[in-house]
Amino acid sequence: MDQKLKIELSQQGIFATTLEEVYNWGRKNSVWPLTFGLACCAIEMIATTMARYDLARFGAEVFRPSPRQADLMIVAGTVTKKMAPQVVRLYNQMPEPKYVIAMGACAISGGPFKQGYNVLKGIDRYIPVDVHIPGCPPRPEALIDAFMTLQKKIDAQHLTGDLRPRHLRADTSSEFVVPQYGAHDLEPAKNPKLWNITLKATPTEPRAGENEPGKS
Amino acid sequence: MHSVDLDIYRPIAILMIAAVGFAISPLAMAWLWSKKFSPRKPGPVKNATYECGLASQGDAWIQFRAEYYLYAIVFLIFDVEAIFLLPFAVAFSGLTLGAAIAMLVFILLLAEGLVWAWQKRVLVWV
Repeated sequence: MDQKLKIELSQQGIFATTLEEVYNWGRKNSVWPLTFGLACCAIEMIATTMARYDLARFGAEVFRPSPRQADLMIVAGTVTKKMAPQVVRLYNQMPEPKYVIAMGACAISGGPFKQGYNVLKGIDRYIPVDVHIPGCPPRPEALIDAFMTLQKKIDAQHLTGDLRPRHLRADTSSEFVVPQYGAHDLEPAKNPKLWNITLKATPTEPRAGENEPGKS
Repeated sequence: MHSVDLDIYRPIAILMIAAVGFAISPLAMAWLWSKKFSPRKPGPVKNATYECGLASQGDAWIQFRAEYYLYAIVFLIFDVEAIFLLPFAVAFSGLTLGAAIAMLVFILLLAEGLVWAWQKRVLVWV
Protein backbone atom coordinates (compact mmCIF):
# COMPACT_ATOMS: atom_id res chain seq x y z
CA MET A 1 0.00 0.00 0.00
CA ASP A 2 1.21 3.46 -0.90
CA GLN A 3 2.60 5.16 2.19
CA LYS A 4 1.55 8.64 1.08
CA LEU A 5 -2.03 7.56 0.53
CA LYS A 6 -2.05 5.86 3.91
CA ILE A 7 -0.90 9.02 5.69
CA GLU A 8 -3.46 11.08 3.81
CA LEU A 9 -6.21 8.67 4.73
CA SER A 10 -5.18 8.66 8.39
CA GLN A 11 -5.35 12.47 8.40
CA GLN A 12 -8.95 12.13 7.28
CA GLY A 13 -9.59 9.69 10.11
CA ILE A 14 -9.50 6.52 8.04
CA PHE A 15 -7.24 3.72 9.20
CA ALA A 16 -6.03 1.55 6.35
CA THR A 17 -3.70 -1.42 6.54
CA THR A 18 -2.66 -4.51 4.63
CA LEU A 19 -2.82 -8.17 5.56
CA GLU A 20 0.98 -8.28 5.50
CA GLU A 21 1.26 -5.45 8.02
CA VAL A 22 -1.24 -6.98 10.42
CA TYR A 23 0.45 -10.35 10.12
CA ASN A 24 3.93 -8.96 10.75
CA TRP A 25 2.65 -6.78 13.59
CA GLY A 26 1.28 -9.86 15.30
CA ARG A 27 4.41 -11.86 14.62
CA LYS A 28 6.93 -9.33 15.85
CA ASN A 29 5.10 -8.77 19.11
CA SER A 30 4.87 -12.41 20.13
CA VAL A 31 8.26 -13.94 19.56
CA TRP A 32 8.88 -17.00 21.72
CA PRO A 33 12.56 -17.56 22.42
CA LEU A 34 14.07 -20.93 23.16
CA THR A 35 15.18 -21.51 26.77
CA PHE A 36 18.76 -21.99 25.93
CA GLY A 37 21.96 -20.55 27.37
CA LEU A 38 25.53 -21.61 26.78
CA ALA A 39 27.72 -19.42 28.96
CA CYS A 40 27.85 -16.16 30.92
CA CYS A 41 25.79 -14.29 28.29
CA ALA A 42 22.88 -16.47 29.41
CA ILE A 43 22.99 -14.71 32.80
CA GLU A 44 22.49 -11.39 31.04
CA MET A 45 19.73 -12.98 28.97
CA ILE A 46 18.01 -14.13 32.18
CA ALA A 47 18.40 -10.65 33.63
CA THR A 48 16.81 -9.23 30.48
CA THR A 49 13.68 -11.28 31.05
CA MET A 50 13.40 -10.37 34.72
CA ALA A 51 11.69 -7.42 36.42
CA ARG A 52 14.43 -4.83 35.99
CA TYR A 53 14.78 -5.02 32.19
CA ASP A 54 11.54 -6.85 31.43
CA LEU A 55 11.69 -8.27 27.91
CA ALA A 56 7.95 -8.96 28.31
CA ARG A 57 7.35 -5.35 27.25
CA PHE A 58 8.34 -6.46 23.76
CA GLY A 59 6.25 -9.61 23.79
CA ALA A 60 9.11 -12.04 24.15
CA GLU A 61 8.75 -13.28 27.70
CA VAL A 62 7.53 -16.78 26.91
CA PHE A 63 10.76 -18.75 26.88
CA ARG A 64 9.93 -22.24 25.65
CA PRO A 65 11.82 -25.33 26.79
CA SER A 66 11.05 -27.11 23.51
CA PRO A 67 12.38 -26.06 20.10
CA ARG A 68 9.06 -27.11 18.60
CA GLN A 69 7.33 -24.18 20.30
CA ALA A 70 10.03 -21.56 19.78
CA ASP A 71 10.52 -18.87 17.12
CA LEU A 72 13.77 -17.34 18.26
CA MET A 73 17.07 -18.86 19.24
CA ILE A 74 19.26 -16.59 21.33
CA VAL A 75 22.73 -18.12 21.09
CA ALA A 76 23.90 -16.73 24.42
CA GLY A 77 27.50 -17.63 25.01
CA THR A 78 30.50 -19.58 23.87
CA VAL A 79 29.70 -22.25 21.30
CA THR A 80 32.28 -24.98 21.77
CA LYS A 81 32.87 -27.42 18.95
CA LYS A 82 31.37 -30.08 21.18
CA MET A 83 28.17 -28.05 21.52
CA ALA A 84 27.85 -26.83 17.91
CA PRO A 85 26.08 -29.96 16.53
CA GLN A 86 23.51 -29.76 19.32
CA VAL A 87 22.87 -26.06 18.61
CA VAL A 88 22.35 -26.75 14.90
CA ARG A 89 20.10 -29.72 15.62
CA LEU A 90 17.96 -27.64 17.98
CA TYR A 91 17.75 -24.94 15.33
CA ASN A 92 16.67 -27.52 12.77
CA GLN A 93 13.90 -28.67 15.07
CA MET A 94 12.37 -25.22 15.40
CA PRO A 95 9.34 -24.58 13.20
CA GLU A 96 9.35 -21.86 10.57
CA PRO A 97 9.59 -18.89 10.70
CA LYS A 98 12.63 -18.96 12.96
CA TYR A 99 15.16 -16.32 13.86
CA VAL A 100 18.57 -16.29 15.51
CA ILE A 101 20.23 -13.67 17.68
CA ALA A 102 23.95 -14.34 18.20
CA MET A 103 24.63 -12.78 21.59
CA GLY A 104 28.11 -11.79 22.66
CA ALA A 105 31.61 -11.91 21.28
CA CYS A 106 31.86 -15.71 21.54
CA ALA A 107 28.67 -16.48 19.64
CA ILE A 108 29.49 -14.07 16.82
CA SER A 109 33.19 -14.83 16.39
CA GLY A 110 34.64 -17.06 19.10
CA GLY A 111 35.47 -14.00 21.18
CA PRO A 112 38.40 -14.28 23.58
CA PHE A 113 38.61 -18.00 22.78
CA LYS A 114 38.94 -17.46 19.03
CA GLN A 115 42.52 -18.72 18.99
CA GLY A 116 41.61 -21.80 20.99
CA TYR A 117 41.28 -25.26 19.54
CA ASN A 118 37.83 -26.08 20.86
CA VAL A 119 35.67 -23.02 20.28
CA LEU A 120 33.61 -22.40 17.18
CA LYS A 121 34.52 -19.10 15.54
CA GLY A 122 30.97 -17.86 15.26
CA ILE A 123 27.68 -19.75 15.07
CA ASP A 124 26.95 -18.07 11.71
CA ARG A 125 29.16 -20.72 10.13
CA TYR A 126 26.29 -23.19 10.56
CA ILE A 127 23.00 -21.33 11.01
CA PRO A 128 21.74 -18.06 9.51
CA VAL A 129 22.06 -15.34 12.15
CA ASP A 130 19.66 -12.41 11.94
CA VAL A 131 21.15 -10.09 14.55
CA HIS A 132 24.69 -10.07 15.96
CA ILE A 133 25.39 -8.37 19.29
CA PRO A 134 28.98 -7.64 20.27
CA GLY A 135 29.99 -7.41 23.91
CA CYS A 136 31.48 -9.63 26.56
CA PRO A 137 28.84 -10.10 27.81
CA PRO A 138 26.45 -7.60 26.21
CA ARG A 139 24.34 -5.71 28.69
CA PRO A 140 20.60 -6.46 28.85
CA GLU A 141 19.98 -3.16 27.04
CA ALA A 142 22.06 -4.49 24.15
CA LEU A 143 19.93 -7.64 23.98
CA ILE A 144 16.78 -5.52 24.03
CA ASP A 145 18.25 -3.41 21.22
CA ALA A 146 19.01 -6.56 19.26
CA PHE A 147 15.48 -7.76 19.86
CA MET A 148 14.05 -4.45 18.63
CA THR A 149 16.27 -4.74 15.55
CA LEU A 150 14.85 -8.19 14.97
CA GLN A 151 11.33 -6.80 15.35
CA LYS A 152 12.09 -4.20 12.67
CA LYS A 153 13.42 -6.96 10.46
CA ILE A 154 10.29 -9.09 10.96
CA ASP A 155 8.13 -6.05 10.29
CA ALA A 156 9.85 -5.45 6.94
CA GLN A 157 9.45 -9.01 5.64
CA HIS A 158 7.21 -9.52 2.63
CA LEU A 159 4.67 -12.26 2.32
CA THR A 160 4.87 -12.54 -1.45
CA GLY A 161 7.19 -11.56 -4.24
CA ASP A 162 10.85 -12.17 -4.91
CA LEU A 163 11.95 -10.42 -1.74
CA ARG A 164 10.09 -12.77 0.57
CA PRO A 165 12.23 -14.41 3.24
CA ARG A 166 13.68 -17.91 3.20
CA HIS A 167 10.91 -19.54 5.23
CA LEU A 168 8.24 -18.58 2.68
CA ARG A 169 10.08 -20.15 -0.25
CA ALA A 170 9.13 -23.71 -0.99
CA ASP A 171 12.49 -24.56 -2.57
CA THR A 172 14.59 -23.78 0.51
CA SER A 173 15.07 -26.32 3.27
CA SER A 174 14.38 -25.51 6.89
CA GLU A 175 17.20 -27.80 7.97
CA PHE A 176 20.87 -26.94 7.91
CA VAL A 177 23.73 -29.39 7.85
CA VAL A 178 24.55 -30.73 11.32
CA PRO A 179 28.32 -30.97 11.77
CA GLN A 180 29.89 -34.23 12.94
CA TYR A 181 32.96 -34.74 15.10
CA GLY A 182 35.83 -35.46 12.74
CA ALA A 183 39.38 -36.55 13.42
CA HIS A 184 40.63 -33.00 13.92
CA ASP A 185 37.72 -30.62 13.60
CA LEU A 186 34.02 -30.49 12.96
CA GLU A 187 33.05 -31.84 9.56
CA PRO A 188 32.12 -29.81 7.63
CA ALA A 189 34.02 -26.95 9.27
CA LYS A 190 31.38 -24.52 7.95
CA ASN A 191 28.21 -24.49 5.93
CA PRO A 192 29.45 -23.17 2.55
CA LYS A 193 25.97 -21.89 1.67
CA LEU A 194 26.03 -19.60 4.70
CA TRP A 195 29.69 -18.85 5.21
CA ASN A 196 31.61 -18.23 2.02
CA ILE A 197 33.88 -15.45 3.17
CA THR A 198 37.49 -15.96 2.15
CA LEU A 199 39.89 -14.48 4.64
CA LYS A 200 42.42 -12.24 2.99
CA ALA A 201 46.01 -12.97 3.90
CA THR A 202 47.44 -9.66 5.02
CA PRO A 203 51.12 -9.00 4.28
CA THR A 204 53.16 -9.14 7.44
CA GLU A 205 54.34 -5.67 8.31
CA PRO A 206 56.42 -4.73 11.27
CA ARG A 207 54.04 -3.38 13.86
CA ALA A 208 54.46 0.21 15.06
CA GLY A 209 56.95 0.26 17.87
CA GLU A 210 58.75 -2.86 16.77
CA ASN A 211 62.38 -2.78 15.64
CA GLU A 212 62.83 0.66 17.10
CA PRO A 213 65.51 1.29 19.64
CA GLY A 214 64.37 2.30 23.06
CA LYS A 215 61.04 0.50 22.76
CA SER A 216 60.28 -3.07 23.48
CA MET B 1 -48.24 -24.21 22.57
CA HIS B 2 -45.75 -26.68 21.19
CA SER B 3 -44.06 -24.17 18.84
CA VAL B 4 -43.64 -21.66 21.68
CA ASP B 5 -41.62 -24.25 23.63
CA LEU B 6 -39.19 -24.66 20.73
CA ASP B 7 -38.80 -20.90 20.34
CA ILE B 8 -37.32 -20.73 23.82
CA TYR B 9 -34.36 -22.81 22.71
CA ARG B 10 -33.57 -20.77 19.59
CA PRO B 11 -31.02 -18.46 21.34
CA ILE B 12 -29.21 -21.54 22.68
CA ALA B 13 -29.02 -23.01 19.19
CA ILE B 14 -27.67 -19.72 17.80
CA LEU B 15 -25.13 -19.50 20.63
CA MET B 16 -23.99 -23.07 19.99
CA ILE B 17 -23.48 -22.41 16.29
CA ALA B 18 -21.60 -19.21 17.13
CA ALA B 19 -19.42 -21.04 19.67
CA VAL B 20 -18.50 -23.79 17.22
CA GLY B 21 -17.80 -21.22 14.52
CA PHE B 22 -15.67 -19.20 16.94
CA ALA B 23 -13.57 -22.27 17.65
CA ILE B 24 -13.30 -23.54 14.10
CA SER B 25 -12.77 -20.28 12.20
CA PRO B 26 -9.25 -19.50 13.56
CA LEU B 27 -8.18 -23.07 12.78
CA ALA B 28 -9.63 -22.82 9.29
CA MET B 29 -7.99 -19.44 8.76
CA ALA B 30 -4.63 -20.77 9.91
CA TRP B 31 -5.01 -23.74 7.59
CA LEU B 32 -5.89 -21.50 4.63
CA TRP B 33 -3.03 -19.15 5.49
CA SER B 34 -0.52 -21.98 5.49
CA LYS B 35 -1.93 -23.21 2.16
CA LYS B 36 -1.54 -19.78 0.61
CA PHE B 37 1.71 -18.47 2.07
CA SER B 38 3.89 -20.77 4.13
CA PRO B 39 5.16 -23.94 2.49
CA ARG B 40 5.61 -27.08 4.57
CA LYS B 41 9.20 -27.81 5.42
CA PRO B 42 9.56 -31.20 7.03
CA GLY B 43 12.93 -32.84 7.51
CA PRO B 44 14.54 -35.81 9.25
CA VAL B 45 15.83 -33.81 12.21
CA LYS B 46 12.64 -31.76 12.52
CA ASN B 47 10.47 -34.88 12.43
CA ALA B 48 12.61 -36.73 14.96
CA THR B 49 10.74 -38.30 17.87
CA TYR B 50 12.49 -36.31 20.57
CA GLU B 51 13.08 -32.58 20.40
CA CYS B 52 16.54 -32.79 21.86
CA GLY B 53 19.91 -31.44 20.84
CA LEU B 54 21.35 -34.93 20.98
CA ALA B 55 20.50 -37.61 18.45
CA SER B 56 18.56 -40.37 20.17
CA GLN B 57 20.37 -43.68 20.38
CA GLY B 58 19.32 -47.28 20.88
CA ASP B 59 15.88 -48.75 21.31
CA ALA B 60 13.17 -47.73 23.76
CA TRP B 61 12.05 -51.39 24.06
CA ILE B 62 14.61 -52.58 26.58
CA GLN B 63 14.15 -55.02 29.46
CA PHE B 64 14.51 -53.80 32.98
CA ARG B 65 15.96 -56.16 35.60
CA ALA B 66 13.30 -57.64 37.91
CA GLU B 67 15.67 -57.68 40.89
CA TYR B 68 14.33 -54.56 42.47
CA TYR B 69 10.88 -56.12 42.68
CA LEU B 70 11.93 -58.64 45.37
CA TYR B 71 13.91 -56.00 47.20
CA ALA B 72 10.84 -53.74 47.27
CA ILE B 73 8.58 -56.51 48.56
CA VAL B 74 10.98 -57.35 51.39
CA PHE B 75 11.14 -53.68 52.27
CA LEU B 76 7.34 -53.42 52.27
CA ILE B 77 6.94 -56.41 54.62
CA PHE B 78 9.40 -55.06 57.14
CA ASP B 79 7.96 -51.58 56.86
CA VAL B 80 4.58 -52.98 57.93
CA GLU B 81 6.24 -55.02 60.66
CA ALA B 82 7.77 -51.86 62.10
CA ILE B 83 4.29 -50.34 62.35
CA PHE B 84 3.10 -53.40 64.34
CA LEU B 85 6.18 -53.34 66.54
CA LEU B 86 5.43 -49.87 67.84
CA PRO B 87 2.12 -50.71 69.66
CA PHE B 88 3.70 -53.99 70.73
CA ALA B 89 6.52 -52.10 72.44
CA VAL B 90 4.16 -49.55 74.00
CA ALA B 91 1.83 -52.21 75.48
CA PHE B 92 4.63 -54.68 76.23
CA SER B 93 4.45 -54.66 80.07
CA GLY B 94 0.66 -55.05 80.09
CA LEU B 95 0.43 -57.93 77.60
CA THR B 96 -0.89 -61.39 78.48
CA LEU B 97 1.28 -64.44 77.81
CA GLY B 98 -0.89 -65.45 74.81
CA ALA B 99 -0.59 -62.07 73.17
CA ALA B 100 3.18 -61.98 73.70
CA ILE B 101 3.61 -65.45 72.17
CA ALA B 102 1.39 -64.49 69.21
CA MET B 103 3.51 -61.39 68.59
CA LEU B 104 6.76 -63.36 68.89
CA VAL B 105 5.46 -65.91 66.37
CA PHE B 106 4.65 -63.05 64.00
CA ILE B 107 8.14 -61.57 64.35
CA LEU B 108 9.83 -64.99 64.02
CA LEU B 109 7.87 -65.75 60.84
CA LEU B 110 9.06 -62.52 59.29
CA ALA B 111 12.61 -63.07 60.54
CA GLU B 112 12.56 -66.49 58.88
CA GLY B 113 11.49 -64.76 55.67
CA LEU B 114 14.41 -62.39 56.02
CA VAL B 115 16.84 -65.29 56.48
CA TRP B 116 15.37 -66.95 53.37
CA ALA B 117 15.74 -63.73 51.35
CA TRP B 118 19.27 -63.33 52.63
CA GLN B 119 20.18 -66.84 51.56
CA LYS B 120 18.62 -66.26 48.12
CA ARG B 121 20.94 -63.23 47.82
CA VAL B 122 18.01 -60.87 47.33
CA LEU B 123 19.70 -58.26 49.49
CA VAL B 124 22.85 -58.26 47.37
CA TRP B 125 22.64 -55.59 44.71
CA VAL B 126 24.29 -56.79 41.52
